[in-house]
Amino acid sequence: MLRDIFSKNKKTYATIPVPSATDDVPVGIMTKCPNCKKIMFTREIEQNMKICLHCDYHFPMNAKERLSSILDENSFAEMDKELVTVNPLGFPEYVEKVEKDRRKMKMNEAVVTGTGKIEEKPVVIAVMDSFFRMGSMGSVVGEKITRAIEKADELHLPFIIFTASGGARMQEGVLSLMQMAKTSAALKRFSDHGGLIITVMTHPTTGGVSASFASLGDFNLAEPGALIGFAGKRVIEQTIHEELPEDFQTAEFQLKHGQLDAVIHRKEMRKKISLILELHHIGGVTE
Amino acid sequence: MTVELEFEKPLINLRKKLDELKLITQNADVDLTDEIEKLELRLHNLEEEIYKNLEPWDRVQIARHPNRPTTLDYINYLFEDFFECHGDRTFGDDEAIVAGIAKYKGRPVTVIGHQRGKDTKENIRRNFGMPHPEGYRKALRLMFQAQKFNRPIICFIDTKGAYPGKAAEERGQSEAIARNLFEMAGLTVPIVCIVIGEGGSGGALALGVGNHIHMLENSTYSVISPEGAASILWKDATLAKKAAESMKITAQDLKQLEVIDEIIPEVKGGAHNNIKEQANLIDTVLKKSLDELSKLSKNELVQDRYQKFAKIGQYTVE
Ligand SMILES: [Zn+2]
Repeated sequence: MLRDIFSKNKKTYATIPVPSATDDVPVGIMTKCPNCKKIMFTREIEQNMKICLHCDYHFPMNAKERLSSILDENSFAEMDKELVTVNPLGFPEYVEKVEKDRRKMKMNEAVVTGTGKIEEKPVVIAVMDSFFRMGSMGSVVGEKITRAIEKADELHLPFIIFTASGGARMQEGVLSLMQMAKTSAALKRFSDHGGLIITVMTHPTTGGVSASFASLGDFNLAEPGALIGFAGKRVIEQTIHEELPEDFQTAEFQLKHGQLDAVIHRKEMRKKISLILELHHIGGVTE
Repeated sequence: MTVELEFEKPLINLRKKLDELKLITQNADVDLTDEIEKLELRLHNLEEEIYKNLEPWDRVQIARHPNRPTTLDYINYLFEDFFECHGDRTFGDDEAIVAGIAKYKGRPVTVIGHQRGKDTKENIRRNFGMPHPEGYRKALRLMFQAQKFNRPIICFIDTKGAYPGKAAEERGQSEAIARNLFEMAGLTVPIVCIVIGEGGSGGALALGVGNHIHMLENSTYSVISPEGAASILWKDATLAKKAAESMKITAQDLKQLEVIDEIIPEVKGGAHNNIKEQANLIDTVLKKSLDELSKLSKNELVQDRYQKFAKIGQYTVE
């Protein structure tokens, strides 16, 4: 059956101008799958929850796409939208870089937080956006996530976070590092109050984000193929002078090594989260 | 072993000259007292000038000095009857972290710290003070033990970072660090953290969620090493000196950013010049911290730590 799909689609390729088509796909209309290298209509991929029609590769989603794939329609109420980054270290060109992404992405920072419903069950949700400064965590990201956890605590709602981040935001130096402790402390307090924490690691979840809230769920879930790990693959290879296996630091690798409860296909994600919520009473808090 | 740091070269040259003069006075029968006195004054002034105006990169050099006192050095001077405990009870014993119980001014405490080696052989055994997950898990095990017996916890931070290795990833480096951050936040005993050398990234922070955080005057604490920052930001690791400035990694920077509580002064030229005296300088601050924190209830200790970290960060509302 797979072969059928491939051969059928081969005909479509012919209409794309050659020879640059394979390397330089016209932005917008067509998209090339980085995994199977096949070219598809962008619209088709979007209609398929941004999953490759051929190989099941999960394309990264931005925060808006993620929210609409998980939450009930029109249930989302955003929080702390107005928090914006300053330049605490006076780091050269930092403000300009953030401004550029703010304009491009039409959002203020690399995480969107708020309340919403999943199959009628209310939750507090945070979604990181890897298209904004690679989803890196600076003061605003740390503060918004902390406030979202505190909101979940206050409202006795489950806390769900979709992570997508290259790690700490270097331009905020040690303040960025400290957000790891701040968010983890908030989760600890929430957890001690019986709050339910679900983390979903999406591509990529690395560095300081993987070494803080992303790994602290009562349920640690991930999307297939997502890169998840602490140190960068290149750094490790340089340190140990050894080539790393192909699947190193993938979601499947982490599942095999006991770091995840489950790897869940994007099309199943909403249903599975809903099930977990259902198994934790209304609001996820055991009275 | 004498190690010459780059910014100390003028001092070293002057000291050499001074020694030569003294030798001449001894051997030949000439009186050079005037010259020697003059030179000594010049040396004194130059020392003052150099050590008072250290650049971030100079401090990085001091923090990395091969003779810089380690956790075990300070344990030796600050505590009595240290009893080291080994192992995470799951995988193994990571010697990049030492942990145990001891007496501090007669009172039982738990002491934990990163541990570098003094020579190559020890460094290999201790993995240059760069822990694997089992190191963090050993630390956490002993923190829970401290909580059970109501002992304060003292952490010495001194690592380039968590070890970037294959096995470390396989055993859950991320989770081990995250778990420590999470659990330390909830401990009901006083936690005092002291950065004594390099405080490198998540690997340092995993022992760093304290009620009080202090730094030695010439220690550093950063999200990434200056070399790492330079190679990512400017694709050039030789710009580490510039990165050390931009990244704001010195004790003075962290005090200004309101991340740490106190800067512990160092003996002239750096802690390695007199370990015993340096231990005394740490002792003063540690005692004050523990006295203050011992007045707080269990609940207050947890709240105090929560508030400390909750307010770290800078942003604005638009
Ligand atoms: Zn594909």
